[in-house]
Amino acid sequence: MPVEHDPAAIESRAGVDKPDPILVIDGLYKTFGGLVAVDVERLQVEAGWITALIGPNGAGKTTLFNLLTGFDRPGRGRFSFMGRDLTGQGPHRIARAGMVRTFQLTKSLSKMSVMDNMLLAGADQRGERFGPNLVRRSWRAQERALEERAVELLERFRLVDMRAEYAGTLSGGQRKLLEMARALMVRPQLILLDEPMAGVNPALVESLLGHVHALKEGGMSVLFVEHDMDVVMGISDWVVCMAEGLVIAEGPPSAVVADPMVRAAYLGTRADAPMAATRSADPR
Amino acid sequence: MDFIGVLADAFRSALGPSAAAFAIATVGLNVHYGYTGLLNFGHVAFLMVGAYGTAITVDQGAPLWAGALVGVAAAVVLGLAFGLPTLRLRADYLAIVTIASGEVLRTIVRSGGKDSLTHGVFGIQRFADDFFDLNPFPDGRYGWGKFAFSERQLWVLTVGWTVLILVTWFVGHAIRSPWGRVLRAIREDEDAARSLGKNVFAYKLQSLVLGGAIGALAGILIAIERQSVNPDSYLPVGTFTAYALLILGGAGANLGPALGSIVYWFVIEFTNGVLNEGIAHGWIPTSVIDTTDVGAVRFMLVGLALMLLMIFRPQGILGKREEVLLDAR
Repeated sequence: MPVEHDPAAIESRAGVDKPDPILVIDGLYKTFGGLVAVDVERLQVEAGWITALIGPNGAGKTTLFNLLTGFDRPGRGRFSFMGRDLTGQGPHRIARAGMVRTFQLTKSLSKMSVMDNMLLAGADQRGERFGPNLVRRSWRAQERALEERAVELLERFRLVDMRAEYAGTLSGGQRKLLEMARALMVRPQLILLDEPMAGVNPALVESLLGHVHALKEGGMSVLFVEHDMDVVMGISDWVVCMAEGLVIAEGPPSAVVADPMVRAAYLGTRADAPMAATRSADPR
Repeated sequence: MDFIGVLADAFRSALGPSAAAFAIATVGLNVHYGYTGLLNFGHVAFLMVGAYGTAITVDQGAPLWAGALVGVAAAVVLGLAFGLPTLRLRADYLAIVTIASGEVLRTIVRSGGKDSLTHGVFGIQRFADDFFDLNPFPDGRYGWGKFAFSERQLWVLTVGWTVLILVTWFVGHAIRSPWGRVLRAIREDEDAARSLGKNVFAYKLQSLVLGGAIGALAGILIAIERQSVNPDSYLPVGTFTAYALLILGGAGANLGPALGSIVYWFVIEFTNGVLNEGIAHGWIPTSVIDTTDVGAVRFMLVGLALMLLMIFRPQGILGKREEVLLDAR
């Protein structure tokens, strides 16, 4: 594992270059009708860090996620992941490249068992190709290996007792855990979590944060969306704040929290925020 | 009342060539709708290209086996033609395109003159002699009393039910693999499958082609049994009959199509017999239902049965109740 760079040594400025970026965004722009949803001039996500993406409702966080994971196409601009330009690629190619997302509204496959949810996510499965899938012998060994890995992950996320249950019978928090565990089955380098704490029982938030931290320990980079600043403070190495589609600030958590623009964005006072003056008013 | 006779007719219908062929067609539809969640509303078009591919090829002088191959190949091409433009779009577009193209295709086949390739409204007859020449059963009646089949019917049934068992086994085997797991995931939530690196479009296309090819086998079987193809046998109602018996048997259950078809054809013939007997004996006054109404009334009864099924057993006969209940969450 490469040396982890100290966030404090990097300047707190929107668009600042990182020493070892895993994801580089360059001029990504997306509009919905007249509304500019995303307008990110430059943003780098450092490898090995937990980066939080914060901002008020409608700031463009989820749209940015959709652009980065191929679920939506940018009007212009590019992004590259681990040095590979992935702009315009479909979601499945981006996932295979090592950037896997979860969803704000969990997408557990409710009529499939917890175990099947996990096994589905295994990458490069021989048995998923029509032809070889008819010869059980050709994929059985790989399936067993996937099962072992799935059990390990389910143990870690305390879901192993539910392995045979339909995913639809899990609680909201358990579904979030399952979605996270399932994403890990793909063996991603960067995991994008869209509001992993939303709608989760407060008692579970601590344990979810623990799991997010464990991802980093496992050598993964994490980019997660959250609009609750308190949740973000304890866990993230770096915080990026968006408002009205723009990255308005980034830096270590303490620096971003103190930033007057961030405070203005959250409180909704735009009088002293120059970014509001140059842009069309948000119709909402 | 000749109750034994009515029952014998009903059982003959339940095990008859139509039941076998519709069961096969529905196995294909089950791949589309039951496992992958594709709303194919033009399934009858796959039956038609299978039947016409066979009939035209034989009509042009080729042997029957070559015709059957052409029929299946035509269904593969049709699956690609349906799928390539629509499967990237939302699910309902496939439904619109399939139901419309099925009708367009039928109209094209119908619009030819007597000397055209399809012989237009006249259809093509007597192209399956090769098949009946292979009949190993000697002449005679096989069965007990009124429940009996001719040697011809018995040969069709033997082949039909064998094909049904084979395709049911094949689909079950394919679905139990990781490939089938991806199809089921797409049925549940295709964005989730995409986000995990699955090429959803390719899987949907494979599903459409596989189910379509199975549909073509059903079309070929019906055409052979009747020794005739005619464009007006492929009206959209055929697709919806297949849906009715898929839902009856249980969508997504491997044996659903076979059971659904047997039950459906039993009920259709049984109600037909009971109503006709009732009218003949004067138990049902002709002012209420006349013999000419029976054909329509039995479909009303099937509709009623399906409604009751949806209320009391929405998962169908063989479906899993837990899965339906999860939808409510």
